[in-house]
Amino acid sequence: MDSALIPEGVNRCPIWKFLLAIAITSVVLLWGVYAMLLIYMKGLNQTNMNNAYGFALWIWADLAVIALGGGAFFTGLLRYIFGLDELKNIINYAVLIGFICYSSALLILGIDVGQPLRGWFIFWHANVHSMLTEVAFCLTCYFMVLTIEYIPLVLENRQIDRVPFFHNLSHNMHEIMAVFAATGAFLSFFHQGSLGGVSGVLFGRPFGFREHVLVWPWTFFLFTWSAAACGPCFTILITKITEAVSKKRLVKDNVYDLLAKIAGWMLTGYVIAKIIDTIYWATTTVPSMGFHFMQFYSNNALYGPWILITEVIICGALPALILINPKSRQNPKLLVIAVTLAAVGVSLNRWVMVLQVLAAPVLTFQEWVLYYPSWQEVATTILPVAYGVIMILISFRYMPIFPQEKELNPIEPPLSTAAVEETEEAPAEAAETAAEPELKPAEA
Amino acid sequence: MKEANKHSEMQKFGMVIDLDKCTGCGACMVACMAENNVPFQEDETDPLLSVKWMRVYKMTNGKPYPETDICYLPRPCQHCEGQHEGHSPCVSVCPATATDYDMATGIVSQIYTRCFGCRYCMAACPYHVRLFNWYDPIWPPGMEKMLNPDISVRMRGIVEKCSFCFHRYQLAKDQAYVEGRREIEEHEYQTACTQACPADAIVFGDLNNPSHLVHQLAQPDLKHHGKPKNPKAFRLLERLGTNPKIYYMSSKKWVRLAGDNYTREELNKKRT
Repeated sequence: MDSALIPEGVNRCPIWKFLLAIAITSVVLLWGVYAMLLIYMKGLNQTNMNNAYGFALWIWADLAVIALGGGAFFTGLLRYIFGLDELKNIINYAVLIGFICYSSALLILGIDVGQPLRGWFIFWHANVHSMLTEVAFCLTCYFMVLTIEYIPLVLENRQIDRVPFFHNLSHNMHEIMAVFAATGAFLSFFHQGSLGGVSGVLFGRPFGFREHVLVWPWTFFLFTWSAAACGPCFTILITKITEAVSKKRLVKDNVYDLLAKIAGWMLTGYVIAKIIDTIYWATTTVPSMGFHFMQFYSNNALYGPWILITEVIICGALPALILINPKSRQNPKLLVIAVTLAAVGVSLNRWVMVLQVLAAPVLTFQEWVLYYPSWQEVATTILPVAYGVIMILISFRYMPIFPQEKELNPIEPPLSTAAVEETEEAPAEAAETAAEPELKPAEA
Repeated sequence: MKEANKHSEMQKFGMVIDLDKCTGCGACMVACMAENNVPFQEDETDPLLSVKWMRVYKMTNGKPYPETDICYLPRPCQHCEGQHEGHSPCVSVCPATATDYDMATGIVSQIYTRCFGCRYCMAACPYHVRLFNWYDPIWPPGMEKMLNPDISVRMRGIVEKCSFCFHRYQLAKDQAYVEGRREIEEHEYQTACTQACPADAIVFGDLNNPSHLVHQLAQPDLKHHGKPKNPKAFRLLERLGTNPKIYYMSSKKWVRLAGDNYTREELNKKRT
């Protein structure tokens, strides 16, 4: 029925399957929309936030999706600025995931503020000293960049591409994409960092506060670093999930290998920096404020030393080791485990840097305050996930996201079986030779 | 005029609360709510959802009977000055400049019509003085006639906090201007909680003015960010560098120690 819209040379599931998947996801989406409307109409009393938890599940979700969406800026930086050409085979998907993550973050922020109609005050009455101001400006600008990066992909739809204007527009946008990739990397460096600075500058909250370099606390650099390390891991994870669901290979192993290797070394560097930061914080920063660091990991039902070990060791050092070792990262199962752990680790870090900061008592006569989200908060947090699934379903079906898909999944029997075998055995060489002509339409 | 500005720049309003005198009666809380049109809900049992600019905490020394001792600690906004003037934990983080540090009075203000409810200031404040309007402000029928006309009521979805009854300062200034004066007397500007305290535990005034009682009680050391010279006086969380303008006084050592955090070694040293 919709075959005219499907990219040439690739197979897609029957339309009924596609529509069924959209319908099921839409039910979840509508549940989220219902919760969102409840919150808009009745206010934030629909949440379980309170005067101790001004920030809660939503701010965590914001920080987490922005970190996970970091694959877009970092892969773009590697592809367009550092010239790692193999990454052109995954950059489209990284951009799409980034676009979904950032639009989700903006959506959640729109729900999270108490007076959404005054949201523009952050730009109009901007306080230049506030980390949130920097976040708002950079986030909005970078979302525009992501939109510009995503548009050529939409224009490459078979039917749209037939219109000469759109074809030429898409071509010209590709030509100048390096400029946007560089802009995106610059903006991302600042807003990822500013999100780290959100808790790092809170000198009234010893758990979150960190020492500064000029106006930037250590968390500024740690957040950027962790997003650059774990964002590509999330891109790999979602690509692997897409492969599993579509039951076809979409990206060659050498591309995964290269991205995983870089992410692994970035993660290794990050984990070392995080350990140094934690030791300095525990031995110097918090004692100067009158605390023993174990006070932040005891006397409550949830936040114990386990959370630090899980974040830094199990979801930090362990995936880093898997990814820097060629043998282990080339094992598909270990690769998936490593990138999953990295994605969980960075999300856990964001949770800790938002919620544990607020949960820990500062006044001596106060206790820990724990929190669990209301169903409205959960539904509105799942809402962007459903939106993301729908975006991926539509984009994957109608746009040539994966340049290597045709080659990896030929519809007709290949002319030379030997050539295909050779491709599978030596993917790196194959990418340079056989894959090159196939990439032309997407990369033109 | 220049002289007048120079003098007013030196004002720094603050409070001294004598915890030995405080009985925990809560009159300060009630007076504050009535004066400032603070909204309330039918169910006010959850302090995490209720809006109270002034809150009285109950502290204990943690010892078993018969050595048990308690102390009530009224906690308004601390109007922090930070390590350099105006660098309060909350003011520096507000993305929309909806909260401001007034250099002329040292008062941390909240601009209700500018706040868009991001709650970053709540996360920044270690004293939990910043409160969010989770619900629409609705007063029982007839009670809206009792509202203070000098104070705007706040809408759902924004943050509010103690303002040191700033409207009273404005009224006192207006009165002084009408009478041809530039300065106001100590008694002309007093907060509602100060006047309501039956035990006279709360004293309010200009910390920079040696003739004001607050200055004499707290004896702020201006060379050290206003740290109290009075050995019985202390400020909450002094070590964080928030530099608050609320001074507490107590003759009890455990109360003074409860005002800040100390490592076990530091605590042992201080106790001996």
